[in-house]
Amino acid sequence: MLGALDWQAIVFVRAWRDPSASELIGAAAGGLAVTGALAAVVLLSVFRLWRPLWSGWLTSLDHKKIGIMYIVLSLVMLLRAVIEAALMRLHQLVAVGQGGPLSPEHFAQLFSTHGTIMIFFMAMPLLTGIINYVMPLQIGARDVSFPLLNAISLALTAAGAALVMVSLVIGRFSTGGWSGYATYTELAYSMGEGVDYWIWAVTLSSLGSTLSGLNFAVTIYKKRCPGMTLFRMPLFCWTTLCTSILMIFAMAPLTAATVMLALDRYAGFHFFTNDAGGNMMNYANLFWLFGHPEVYILILPAFGVYSEVFATFSGKTLYGYRALVFATMCIAVLSFTVWLHHFFTMGQSANINAVFGIATMTIGIPTGVKVYEWLMTMVRGRIRLTTPMLFAVTFLVTFVLGGLTGILLANPTIDFSVHNSLFLVAHFHNMLIPGLLFGMIAAVQVWFPKAFGFRLHEGWGVAGFVCWVAGFYLAFMPLYALGLMGAMRRTSQWARPEYGPWLAVALLGAVLVLGGVFCLAMQLFVSIRRRKELAVPVGDPWDGRTLEWACPAPPPEWNFTVIPKVASGDAFTVMKREGRAYEMPDDIEDIEMPANSAVAPVICVASVATGFAVTWHIWWLAVLGLAAGWGAVIARSFVLDTKRRIPAATLRASHAAWLDRLRRTVPVSRAGETDPRNDGLAEHGA
Amino acid sequence: MVQARGADGMRRAQMAGTGRGGVTGTRSVCAARVPRIRHLPVLLPLMLAACGDARDGIFFAAGPVAEAQRAHFFYILGWMAVAILPIFVALPFVLWRYRYGRGRGRYAPEWESQRLLETVFWAVPVVIVVALGVMLWRQTIRLDPYMPLGPDPMTVEVVAMDWKFLFLYPEEGVASVNTLTVPAGRPLRFVLTSATVMQSFVVPRLGGQIYAMGGMVTELNLQADAPGVFRGQNTQYNGEGFAQQKFEMTAMAPDAFDAWLARTRADAPPLTPEVWQSLDTRATADPAVYSAYPPGLFGRVVDTTLGTGSHHGGAGQ
Repeated sequence: MLGALDWQAIVFVRAWRDPSASELIGAAAGGLAVTGALAAVVLLSVFRLWRPLWSGWLTSLDHKKIGIMYIVLSLVMLLRAVIEAALMRLHQLVAVGQGGPLSPEHFAQLFSTHGTIMIFFMAMPLLTGIINYVMPLQIGARDVSFPLLNAISLALTAAGAALVMVSLVIGRFSTGGWSGYATYTELAYSMGEGVDYWIWAVTLSSLGSTLSGLNFAVTIYKKRCPGMTLFRMPLFCWTTLCTSILMIFAMAPLTAATVMLALDRYAGFHFFTNDAGGNMMNYANLFWLFGHPEVYILILPAFGVYSEVFATFSGKTLYGYRALVFATMCIAVLSFTVWLHHFFTMGQSANINAVFGIATMTIGIPTGVKVYEWLMTMVRGRIRLTTPMLFAVTFLVTFVLGGLTGILLANPTIDFSVHNSLFLVAHFHNMLIPGLLFGMIAAVQVWFPKAFGFRLHEGWGVAGFVCWVAGFYLAFMPLYALGLMGAMRRTSQWARPEYGPWLAVALLGAVLVLGGVFCLAMQLFVSIRRRKELAVPVGDPWDGRTLEWACPAPPPEWNFTVIPKVASGDAFTVMKREGRAYEMPDDIEDIEMPANSAVAPVICVASVATGFAVTWHIWWLAVLGLAAGWGAVIARSFVLDTKRRIPAATLRASHAAWLDRLRRTVPVSRAGETDPRNDGLAEHGA
Repeated sequence: MVQARGADGMRRAQMAGTGRGGVTGTRSVCAARVPRIRHLPVLLPLMLAACGDARDGIFFAAGPVAEAQRAHFFYILGWMAVAILPIFVALPFVLWRYRYGRGRGRYAPEWESQRLLETVFWAVPVVIVVALGVMLWRQTIRLDPYMPLGPDPMTVEVVAMDWKFLFLYPEEGVASVNTLTVPAGRPLRFVLTSATVMQSFVVPRLGGQIYAMGGMVTELNLQADAPGVFRGQNTQYNGEGFAQQKFEMTAMAPDAFDAWLARTRADAPPLTPEVWQSLDTRATADPAVYSAYPPGLFGRVVDTTLGTGSHHGGAGQ
């Protein structure tokens, strides 16, 4: 009935039977997850929020709400993964020359969940959420091309994340790292549910991302407003387009690899086994055929965010727009030609290594160009160093350092000595933290007021910035040194006392990063409490340049009363300059928006059930889950009435109310940007 | 693993006894201090100075491969400085000069491109990448891990196991587990396979690293220039005992190596099929040397792992 599942699998039972430090820590983590879930249920019940949650959020097909749900999901997962990182560093520090609190197996689960979460359930949902929110607004669209598919993508991603969370309480997670290298993850070497949890969580997430990629690309191709040619799009839309193309092509090898691994494990296939014709080198190739473009899937959206931030907060148009577009496209294409640099050490010929090494360095060219263009964007501008800009400027410096070590690692000869070491770990954190996380935090700072109608508290933003940046440098610079001293990744303990001080500094850094997360939470809390004084109802708190700032904050469900027409880049800046930004359109018509649908939540629950069932070999539940998920999709195809009509009168009233609010608003200059005075109306030319 | 750590400590103690380094003595002093975390801020600089054997990795190259890698490392740093330093210099200047409010810089909100600058921005990285690319090509070919470093290399067959390395000396006929003794100054040719999952073999101070994979044979050519003790390890996570899968590689002067060989042949036990059976389990292992091993063991490991060898006898028989 319950497949391989028994009481022993539950973390609390395990800790009861074997109260070791490692199991107790596991039980505490499981307890936190359960408590968090229960607290959410209780709060929703006490405040009677189930119905608003269901009709306002879970079944909504509004790209803005889906985007926000993606971001909430990613922040929850971020918290878990950062805590795991700090725990690992603490363990390693204590374990120098002696035993640490965690068992090696528990430690391995931690680095596996940390990586899996950070990539698939923190980074991907975070950038997908930002794209979801911002991109349709920037191209002057009312929604993405396939709103239901959008919700289903979120459902699949959330289901994957749920599986990872469930593994905290029931059973164990994989110990094979986020990359899940075969043959270690084959049944012969990794028995039990761990790898299966990883396989299904990642498979669900990769399916969700593939669908997102398709959705975004089609949206950009088909839903741009009149006059918005490709080369008039904000750069964030360009990076979104490139990321979407990468998602479409790069997620497939991952899905293939995880499904093949599943076939090996469940059905006795031999894709990646040692024997019977299997070959784990194919796994490495497939995984990194996904894995390297994935790096750029993660980084490009942040490049887009930074482009917007540098331009907006320098009060100046983006320097070298065309060069940045070309550079982005170059990176997107080249990213498919370098995957082999993740395994220079696999024994192939030197010529192959040289080719891939040079291809890898070639990516440095467009990336270097971008850095110069961003720098030049600030030249002849008026730079306001508020939170998003602080992150952006720090990104420039930090990312350049990461690029330097990246060029080092691109050389097979150098890579031979530091491959798999903490030098590598330091390098990719050095790329992804400034190149993804800082960008996304900056994005949250920039677009939060658009989404919720009030700004985030600047003081806590700066405090968070200080914690993040100091934490990053302290946490990862020592890892470069350790890597050069022969410390390898995924090592639970070292007998080498000279590592101690470096690890202590790294731990301090990890704690500061936790402080950064805390500051973000405090910023949100404080901002909500002071939302009246931080309110920006008019919707343009930063003197924005692109169309998303041309609608109220928060925007109505339909985004734009009438679809805007543009004739240049920086569309909103031009509209403001020409005095056309805030007019009453005379051609308001009835519009249709997608009606709510319960398909996505059903698919989410069904996917969690199926994934869990397959992990534990509970076949009846797997069949039931699949039937429910596909049943929902089939049932939906019989629904004819999928739209909701919004009459022109509603639109007109809403627009009039906004204009009325606007007339009562005093424009602020950029000097008053972070003041309570800033109600979201920018003073012209200041 | 407690056992393995104990053995580790013992081995060090023995080494200190045989006078192979004051360094080892210093290390144990540090070991006593480290757990007291509250002392770290004060002790940090002291410890850095005291723990002399932080020397590891290519910066402390002990062989031609690592030396070449180190030189290449600084070559890259030099070229990259051309691209990076201007940014570090220009950024604070730009932030200051064009700051909102009191910045002295001209404000030109529409300024978006300048042909000469654009050319420079593309040309500089291109030139750097061309220079680095040429060097990359040369070095990659020159340091091809399959390329012997000189005539008459000594072959060592490496069998990566869970969680230990088995070293076989096909010409000398001896074998060892988790300890490796080689002659200094003579090219070394490591031939690697794995009896289990994929692993990666590295001795950082000699440079180079290569995967050992089941049913496949890879090669790594290294050399230790002078006698010394170097750390080696598996770098690819392969289960609970991963952190213990480390070994010390001792490079000896040729006559000392010959004496070691003679001693090993005379005193050490042979690697019998029973010993192999005990090694072929997922467990950590203490360092050990063996006077002899069944000929053709390496090839049989490859075959067995590949599934083409005898399924009943095991690789050792």
